[in-house]
Amino acid sequence: MADKVLDVKALTKTFGGLKAVDSVDLDVKKGEIVALIGPNGAGKTTFFNCITGIYTPTGGDVMIIPPGDAPERINGLKPNKITAKGMARTFQNIRLFGNMTALENVMVGCHCRTKANIIGAIFRGPSTLREERETIQKSYDLLKEVGLTEFVNEQAKNLPYGAQRRLEIARAMATDPFLLLLDEPAAGMNPQETRDLDELITKLRVDYELSILLIEHDMKLVMNISDRIFVVDYGKKIAEGTPQEIKDNPAVIKAYLGED
Amino acid sequence: MKNLKQSILISLWFIFLTFPLMVIRVNTVEQEVEWRWINMAFIGVGAFICSYIWRYLMARKEKGGNEEESKTSWHQTLTMDKRYAIPAAALILTLAIIFPNIVSEYRINTMISALIYVVLGLGLNIVVGLAGLLDLGYVAFYAVGAYSYALLNHHFGLSFWACLPLGALLGAFFGILLGIPVLRLRGDYLAIVTLGFGEIIRLILENWNEFSFGPSGIANISNPTFFGQEISRSSGILFIYYLMIALVIFTIFVVNRLQNSRLGRSWVALREDEIACQAMGIDRMKTKLAAFALGATWAGMVGVIFAAKTSFINPASFTFLESAIILSIVVLGGMGSILGVILAAFVLILLPEELRAFSEYRMLIFGASMVLMMVFRPQGIIANVRRSYEYHGLDGAEEAK
Repeated sequence: MADKVLDVKALTKTFGGLKAVDSVDLDVKKGEIVALIGPNGAGKTTFFNCITGIYTPTGGDVMIIPPGDAPERINGLKPNKITAKGMARTFQNIRLFGNMTALENVMVGCHCRTKANIIGAIFRGPSTLREERETIQKSYDLLKEVGLTEFVNEQAKNLPYGAQRRLEIARAMATDPFLLLLDEPAAGMNPQETRDLDELITKLRVDYELSILLIEHDMKLVMNISDRIFVVDYGKKIAEGTPQEIKDNPAVIKAYLGED
Repeated sequence: MKNLKQSILISLWFIFLTFPLMVIRVNTVEQEVEWRWINMAFIGVGAFICSYIWRYLMARKEKGGNEEESKTSWHQTLTMDKRYAIPAAALILTLAIIFPNIVSEYRINTMISALIYVVLGLGLNIVVGLAGLLDLGYVAFYAVGAYSYALLNHHFGLSFWACLPLGALLGAFFGILLGIPVLRLRGDYLAIVTLGFGEIIRLILENWNEFSFGPSGIANISNPTFFGQEISRSSGILFIYYLMIALVIFTIFVVNRLQNSRLGRSWVALREDEIACQAMGIDRMKTKLAAFALGATWAGMVGVIFAAKTSFINPASFTFLESAIILSIVVLGGMGSILGVILAAFVLILLPEELRAFSEYRMLIFGASMVLMMVFRPQGIIANVRRSYEYHGLDGAEEAK
């Protein structure tokens, strides 16, 4: 399986006696959009937090295979290290830097791809200045990509809700990821905004040769854009397959609707 | 109209409350009761005016919160627009140079301490204003700087100029020393630990007699020399004044550059949201340590100058109260705003001096003005300049393509 970019095996996370994630296997192939769905409290976000380093998994393996690179086990690495390796994420409850402008938010995302240090910041040598210009240009281009040019110098906290969601995606994109993890990107959006998001995600995948793993409750969005879907319930994986297979899977229907 | 009625009611209530104290006086010598009705009038009118103004300001604050932010304020034009910024800076610099020639030595001295607090405020601003790490023990680094000069000078005869960078380095070193154990803490917990750290340093200085000469302090610290020349005590003050001006300019320059750099952005990101900041690939430890170390550097440096200025130091100069004043400067000035911190330092240090005319009411007025300040301008004298961080040049370039 050379074309996998993320390979999670038997991932387990317990909080005291509670098994929030119970040996879940999941993989994402290059250029694929994979959705992770499940009822509330199924352990989806915990799963995300485990693979992005916010939690340390109790058991199992998280392997990443950056395109053209050797596979690497990233269990227990710090979040910033994992981001530097090329896995970027957004958050379920928007976590923008509210008092910074939209552009600055994206510029922060460029942090791990730039290297100006204290001395450079004070003396502003030519290389620092060039790097700063490039950062601004790159960030501006990303804002253009997600359609936020009108808000460039606006403080992030003053942006409309849908724009904040897109800004989070732009900020994650600034870290030059090969795998983008979206935690409920469509939460709280109206149908029009959801359609725009749908387009944006598909466009990003093509333009940046991205693989995308997303958690989502909006079934229409999930069915539209996903190549494969994983379903978890009570921390356990109960199904995986194409959207059509998932739609017809009795276990999934049971988990969502309950038994008769 | 409603305000008027409310204010009248409040003034009546105050008249009633203060009646026994302010109006009735029993004269025990002549066995009679004096009725001082005039006091009642004063109280009534005073309470009415105060209450009315208070209500008016509160109403205005609630109404006008938004429109204020949208238009560019005077300080933004002043700091951002080169047409105004350069003449303004030149004017202030000229005033600063002329200043000691037209005022008394006492004034120069108070001005030096104000400038010292400007630098301290700007240093703490890095830690509290930018990186959002509440540090209540900042004065410890100031003490480190002052004692490093005093002790090195006493034991080894090291000169002021050798000690200035040493003090800065030692400050940074202690900044990192404090930073390491508190890396995981934030908010209130961090505040408590830094408070403890500040007290530890002070207690060591107070009790370790062999090392720091205890509460009696260290006297006869040498004056700074000017290119190897000895300077007399009186012209020494002048010299230190100009030195402080230079240091303030240097500090503003460096802090401004840091603030608008990659590192500065990561500090603000850390302040805004620690988890998101890490998820964006920022090393939390390095960023925090850099903030602590750079903040402490200024305190260390200015501590050396303080020791040279007073030529005598003891632990009493480095109590918690000092930390609290420096923190008030940062909060009152506006977190993260350089101009605000400078203004606040002048207000907080010079105001008590100027208010000496009011003698015993001095601290009362001082405290009341601080309370009012926080009620009506919680964002500080000048809210964070970062908000006006513009990229017009870039937008233009983008359109030109």
